[in-house]
Amino acid sequence: MNLGELHGKLIAAARADAPGGHVPYAFEKRVTALLASRVAPDSVALWVQGLWRAAVSCVALTLLLGAWAVFNPVAGTTTADDLSQNFESTLLASVDQNDQVQ
Amino acid sequence: MERTEAELIAAVLKGDAASFEPLVQKYSPRVFATARRYARRESEIEDIAQEVWLKAFSKLASFRGEAPFEHWLMRMTVRTCYDFLRGHQRNRESSFSELSEPETDWLERFVADPGSAAEDADAAKLLVGRVLEKLSPAARLVITLLEIEDRSVKEIAGLTGWSVPLVKVRAFRARGEMRKILAKMAKDKYL
Repeated sequence: MNLGELHGKLIAAARADAPGGHVPYAFEKRVTALLASRVAPDSVALWVQGLWRAAVSCVALTLLLGAWAVFNPVAGTTTADDLSQNFESTLLASVDQNDQVQ
Repeated sequence: MERTEAELIAAVLKGDAASFEPLVQKYSPRVFATARRYARRESEIEDIAQEVWLKAFSKLASFRGEAPFEHWLMRMTVRTCYDFLRGHQRNRESSFSELSEPETDWLERFVADPGSAAEDADAAKLLVGRVLEKLSPAARLVITLLEIEDRSVKEIAGLTGWSVPLVKVRAFRARGEMRKILAKMAKDKYL
Protein backbone atom coordinates (compact mmCIF):
# COMPACT_ATOMS: atom_id res chain seq x y z
CA MET A 1 0.00 0.00 0.00
CA ASN A 2 1.35 3.41 -0.95
CA LEU A 3 1.04 5.32 2.35
CA GLY A 4 1.99 8.67 0.84
CA GLU A 5 -0.78 8.40 -1.71
CA LEU A 6 -3.24 7.22 0.92
CA HIS A 7 -2.32 10.22 3.06
CA GLY A 8 -2.99 12.53 0.09
CA LYS A 9 -6.33 10.85 -0.66
CA LEU A 10 -7.51 11.09 2.94
CA ILE A 11 -6.51 14.74 3.24
CA ALA A 12 -8.35 15.43 -0.03
CA ALA A 13 -11.39 13.62 1.43
CA ALA A 14 -11.23 15.83 4.54
CA ARG A 15 -10.98 18.96 2.37
CA ALA A 16 -14.01 17.86 0.37
CA ASP A 17 -15.94 17.47 3.61
CA ALA A 18 -15.88 21.07 4.85
CA PRO A 19 -18.05 21.29 7.99
CA GLY A 20 -21.15 23.45 7.88
CA GLY A 21 -21.73 26.50 10.03
CA HIS A 22 -25.21 25.54 11.15
CA VAL A 23 -26.04 27.19 14.47
CA PRO A 24 -28.65 25.65 16.80
CA TYR A 25 -31.93 27.54 17.12
CA ALA A 26 -31.73 30.60 19.44
CA PHE A 27 -28.12 29.87 20.38
CA GLU A 28 -27.32 33.58 20.66
CA LYS A 29 -30.31 34.07 23.01
CA ARG A 30 -29.02 31.27 25.24
CA VAL A 31 -25.53 32.75 25.36
CA THR A 32 -26.87 36.21 26.20
CA ALA A 33 -29.15 34.77 28.90
CA LEU A 34 -26.20 32.88 30.36
CA LEU A 35 -24.13 36.05 30.44
CA ALA A 36 -26.96 38.00 32.05
CA SER A 37 -27.38 35.33 34.73
CA ARG A 38 -23.79 35.80 35.73
CA VAL A 39 -24.53 38.76 37.97
CA ALA A 40 -21.81 41.38 38.05
CA PRO A 41 -20.07 41.37 41.47
CA ASP A 42 -21.52 44.01 43.83
CA SER A 43 -18.59 46.04 45.20
CA VAL A 44 -20.43 46.94 48.45
CA ALA A 45 -21.27 43.29 49.10
CA LEU A 46 -17.64 42.35 48.46
CA TRP A 47 -16.48 45.06 50.90
CA VAL A 48 -18.94 43.91 53.59
CA GLN A 49 -17.90 40.30 53.08
CA GLY A 50 -14.25 41.32 53.46
CA LEU A 51 -15.02 43.23 56.65
CA TRP A 52 -16.85 40.27 58.15
CA ARG A 53 -13.93 38.00 57.35
CA ALA A 54 -11.52 40.46 58.94
CA ALA A 55 -13.74 40.72 62.05
CA VAL A 56 -13.92 36.95 62.46
CA SER A 57 -10.13 36.70 62.07
CA CYS A 58 -9.61 39.41 64.71
CA VAL A 59 -11.94 37.69 67.21
CA ALA A 60 -10.21 34.36 66.63
CA LEU A 61 -6.80 35.95 67.12
CA THR A 62 -7.94 37.69 70.32
CA LEU A 63 -9.31 34.43 71.72
CA LEU A 64 -6.11 32.61 70.86
CA LEU A 65 -3.90 35.24 72.46
CA GLY A 66 -6.18 35.35 75.51
CA ALA A 67 -6.03 31.60 75.92
CA TRP A 68 -2.29 31.66 75.47
CA ALA A 69 -1.88 34.39 78.11
CA VAL A 70 -4.03 32.50 80.63
CA PHE A 71 -2.78 28.96 80.11
CA ASN A 72 0.83 29.50 79.21
CA PRO A 73 2.40 32.15 81.49
CA VAL A 74 6.02 32.76 80.59
CA ALA A 75 8.52 32.05 83.41
CA GLY A 76 9.60 35.18 85.31
CA THR A 77 6.39 37.10 84.80
CA THR A 78 3.93 37.74 87.56
CA THR A 79 1.14 35.36 88.47
CA ALA A 80 -2.38 36.58 89.17
CA ASP A 81 -1.64 36.91 92.96
CA ASP A 82 1.61 38.82 92.33
CA LEU A 83 -0.22 41.08 89.99
CA SER A 84 -2.85 42.01 92.55
CA GLN A 85 -0.15 42.66 95.20
CA ASN A 86 1.88 44.79 92.83
CA PHE A 87 -1.22 46.69 91.87
CA GLU A 88 -2.09 47.34 95.52
CA SER A 89 1.40 48.48 96.49
CA THR A 90 1.57 50.76 93.46
CA LEU A 91 -1.78 52.23 94.26
CA LEU A 92 -0.92 52.75 97.91
CA ALA A 93 2.69 53.83 97.32
CA SER A 94 1.95 57.49 98.03
CA VAL A 95 0.13 56.61 101.27
CA ASP A 96 3.07 54.43 102.39
CA GLN A 97 5.51 57.26 101.62
CA ASN A 98 3.44 59.69 103.66
CA ASP A 99 3.41 57.23 106.60
CA GLN A 100 7.21 56.88 106.45
CA VAL A 101 7.76 60.66 106.36
CA GLN A 102 5.57 61.16 109.39
CA MET B 1 -29.63 52.23 12.19
CA GLU B 2 -27.40 49.19 12.57
CA ARG B 3 -24.51 49.69 14.98
CA THR B 4 -20.96 48.92 13.93
CA GLU B 5 -18.88 46.19 15.54
CA ALA B 6 -16.74 48.76 17.36
CA GLU B 7 -19.87 50.44 18.76
CA LEU B 8 -21.27 47.10 19.92
CA ILE B 9 -17.99 46.18 21.62
CA ALA B 10 -17.79 49.59 23.31
CA ALA B 11 -21.37 49.18 24.56
CA VAL B 12 -20.60 45.71 25.98
CA LEU B 13 -17.53 47.07 27.73
CA LYS B 14 -19.71 49.78 29.31
CA GLY B 15 -21.93 47.06 30.80
CA ASP B 16 -24.60 46.55 28.14
CA ALA B 17 -24.47 42.76 27.81
CA ALA B 18 -27.38 42.74 25.33
CA SER B 19 -25.12 44.39 22.74
CA PHE B 20 -23.12 41.18 22.67
CA GLU B 21 -26.00 39.29 21.02
CA PRO B 22 -25.54 40.68 17.48
CA LEU B 23 -21.85 39.67 17.63
CA VAL B 24 -22.80 36.13 18.71
CA GLN B 25 -25.36 35.96 15.92
CA LYS B 26 -22.93 37.18 13.26
CA TYR B 27 -19.92 35.03 14.10
CA SER B 28 -21.43 31.84 15.50
CA PRO B 29 -21.52 30.07 12.09
CA ARG B 30 -17.71 30.38 11.87
CA VAL B 31 -17.24 29.27 15.45
CA PHE B 32 -19.48 26.23 14.90
CA ALA B 33 -17.80 25.33 11.58
CA THR B 34 -14.39 25.40 13.30
CA ALA B 35 -15.60 23.39 16.29
CA ARG B 36 -17.03 20.75 13.93
CA ARG B 37 -13.51 20.08 12.65
CA TYR B 38 -12.47 18.85 16.09
CA ALA B 39 -15.58 17.43 17.77
CA ARG B 40 -18.13 14.98 16.43
CA ARG B 41 -21.11 15.13 18.76
CA GLU B 42 -23.39 18.15 18.42
CA SER B 43 -23.53 18.52 22.22
CA GLU B 44 -19.73 18.78 22.35
CA ILE B 45 -19.70 21.25 19.46
CA GLU B 46 -22.27 23.43 21.22
CA ASP B 47 -20.28 23.28 24.46
CA ILE B 48 -17.14 24.46 22.62
CA ALA B 49 -19.04 27.31 20.93
CA GLN B 50 -20.59 28.36 24.23
CA GLU B 51 -17.21 28.34 25.95
CA VAL B 52 -15.72 30.43 23.14
CA TRP B 53 -18.41 33.09 23.58
CA LEU B 54 -18.14 33.12 27.37
CA LYS B 55 -14.37 33.56 27.08
CA ALA B 56 -14.82 36.25 24.42
CA PHE B 57 -17.20 38.14 26.72
CA SER B 58 -14.96 37.94 29.76
CA LYS B 59 -11.81 38.87 27.82
CA LEU B 60 -13.38 41.51 25.60
CA ALA B 61 -11.46 44.25 27.41
CA SER B 62 -8.24 42.72 26.03
CA PHE B 63 -9.47 43.23 22.43
CA ARG B 64 -7.66 46.34 21.27
CA GLY B 65 -9.25 46.65 17.86
CA GLU B 66 -5.92 46.56 16.01
CA ALA B 67 -6.97 43.40 14.13
CA PRO B 68 -10.55 42.55 13.10
CA PHE B 69 -12.75 41.12 15.84
CA GLU B 70 -13.20 37.96 13.75
CA HIS B 71 -9.45 37.20 13.85
CA TRP B 72 -9.34 37.69 17.62
CA LEU B 73 -12.38 35.43 17.99
CA MET B 74 -10.95 32.72 15.73
CA ARG B 75 -7.76 32.63 17.80
CA MET B 76 -9.91 32.03 20.85
CA THR B 77 -11.92 29.38 19.00
CA VAL B 78 -8.86 27.44 17.85
CA ARG B 79 -7.34 27.53 21.35
CA THR B 80 -10.62 26.36 22.89
CA CYS B 81 -10.78 23.50 20.36
CA TYR B 82 -7.20 22.54 21.25
CA ASP B 83 -8.12 22.49 24.95
CA PHE B 84 -11.10 20.31 24.05
CA LEU B 85 -8.86 17.86 22.15
CA ARG B 86 -6.47 17.67 25.10
CA GLY B 87 -9.36 16.85 27.40
CA HIS B 88 -11.00 14.26 25.12
CA GLN B 89 -8.43 11.76 23.93
CA ARG B 90 -10.74 8.76 24.37
CA ASN B 91 -10.62 7.36 20.81
CA ARG B 92 -6.88 7.27 20.31
CA GLU B 93 -6.39 3.68 21.42
CA SER B 94 -9.08 1.94 19.35
CA SER B 95 -8.02 -0.55 16.69
CA PHE B 96 -8.48 -0.33 12.92
CA SER B 97 -9.91 -3.86 12.89
CA GLU B 98 -13.26 -2.22 13.80
CA LEU B 99 -13.58 -0.47 10.42
CA SER B 100 -17.07 -0.45 8.94
CA GLU B 101 -17.84 -2.32 5.73
CA PRO B 102 -17.87 0.78 3.46
CA GLU B 103 -14.53 1.89 4.95
CA THR B 104 -13.00 -1.54 4.35
CA ASP B 105 -14.39 -1.57 0.79
CA TRP B 106 -12.92 1.86 0.11
CA LEU B 107 -9.53 0.75 1.44
CA GLU B 108 -9.63 -2.40 -0.67
CA ARG B 109 -10.49 -0.37 -3.75
CA PHE B 110 -7.56 1.93 -2.93
CA VAL B 111 -5.18 -1.04 -2.57
CA ALA B 112 -6.35 -2.55 -5.87
CA ASP B 113 -6.31 0.71 -7.80
CA PRO B 114 -5.61 3.98 -5.95
CA GLY B 115 -7.24 6.01 -8.73
CA SER B 116 -10.58 4.23 -8.34
CA ALA B 117 -11.03 5.17 -4.67
CA ALA B 118 -12.93 8.47 -4.81
CA GLU B 119 -11.92 11.19 -2.33
CA ASP B 120 -15.47 12.46 -1.99
CA ALA B 121 -16.85 9.07 -0.98
CA ASP B 122 -18.56 8.97 2.41
CA ALA B 123 -16.34 6.04 3.41
CA ALA B 124 -13.20 8.13 2.78
CA LYS B 125 -14.63 10.92 4.96
CA LEU B 126 -15.37 8.46 7.76
CA LEU B 127 -11.93 6.95 7.44
CA VAL B 128 -10.09 10.27 7.60
CA GLY B 129 -12.16 11.19 10.68
CA ARG B 130 -11.07 7.95 12.28
CA VAL B 131 -7.40 8.57 11.44
CA LEU B 132 -7.54 12.16 12.75
CA GLU B 133 -9.06 10.94 16.02
CA LYS B 134 -5.98 8.81 16.60
CA LEU B 135 -3.58 11.75 16.31
CA SER B 136 -2.31 13.57 19.38
CA PRO B 137 -4.10 16.91 20.00
CA ALA B 138 -1.19 19.01 18.72
CA ALA B 139 -0.74 16.82 15.63
CA ARG B 140 -4.45 16.91 14.84
CA LEU B 141 -4.56 20.68 15.18
CA VAL B 142 -1.53 21.16 12.91
CA ILE B 143 -2.71 18.67 10.26
CA THR B 144 -6.16 20.26 10.24
CA LEU B 145 -4.89 23.82 9.95
CA LEU B 146 -1.95 23.17 7.66
CA GLU B 147 -3.14 20.44 5.32
CA ILE B 148 -6.92 20.45 5.46
CA GLU B 149 -7.57 24.18 5.83
CA ASP B 150 -4.43 25.02 3.84
CA ARG B 151 -3.23 27.77 6.17
CA SER B 152 0.32 29.11 6.24
CA VAL B 153 2.74 28.39 9.09
CA LYS B 154 2.61 32.06 10.09
CA GLU B 155 -1.18 32.01 10.24
CA ILE B 156 -1.10 28.87 12.38
CA ALA B 157 1.39 30.51 14.71
CA GLY B 158 -1.00 33.44 15.09
CA LEU B 159 -4.01 31.21 15.71
CA THR B 160 -2.39 28.84 18.17
CA GLY B 161 -0.04 31.19 19.97
CA TRP B 162 2.90 28.89 19.13
CA SER B 163 6.10 30.28 17.61
CA VAL B 164 6.79 29.73 13.89
CA PRO B 165 9.64 27.24 14.56
CA LEU B 166 7.39 25.33 16.99
CA VAL B 167 4.65 25.07 14.35
CA LYS B 168 7.23 23.70 11.88
CA VAL B 169 8.50 21.15 14.39
CA ARG B 170 4.97 20.10 15.29
CA ALA B 171 3.99 19.84 11.62
CA PHE B 172 6.98 17.57 10.97
CA ARG B 173 6.08 15.38 13.94
CA ALA B 174 2.38 15.38 12.99
CA ARG B 175 3.13 14.07 9.51
CA GLY B 176 5.30 11.34 11.04
CA GLU B 177 2.53 10.48 13.49
CA MET B 178 0.00 10.28 10.66
CA ARG B 179 2.33 8.06 8.60
CA LYS B 180 2.64 5.70 11.59
CA ILE B 181 -1.13 5.57 12.01
CA LEU B 182 -1.65 4.80 8.32
CA ALA B 183 1.03 2.09 8.50
CA LYS B 184 -0.71 0.59 11.53
CA MET B 185 -4.02 0.68 9.70
CA ALA B 186 -2.48 -1.14 6.74
CA LYS B 187 -0.91 -3.69 9.08
CA ASP B 188 -4.12 -4.26 11.11
CA LYS B 189 -6.14 -4.73 7.95
CA TYR B 190 -3.85 -6.66 5.66
CA LEU B 191 -1.49 -8.68 7.83
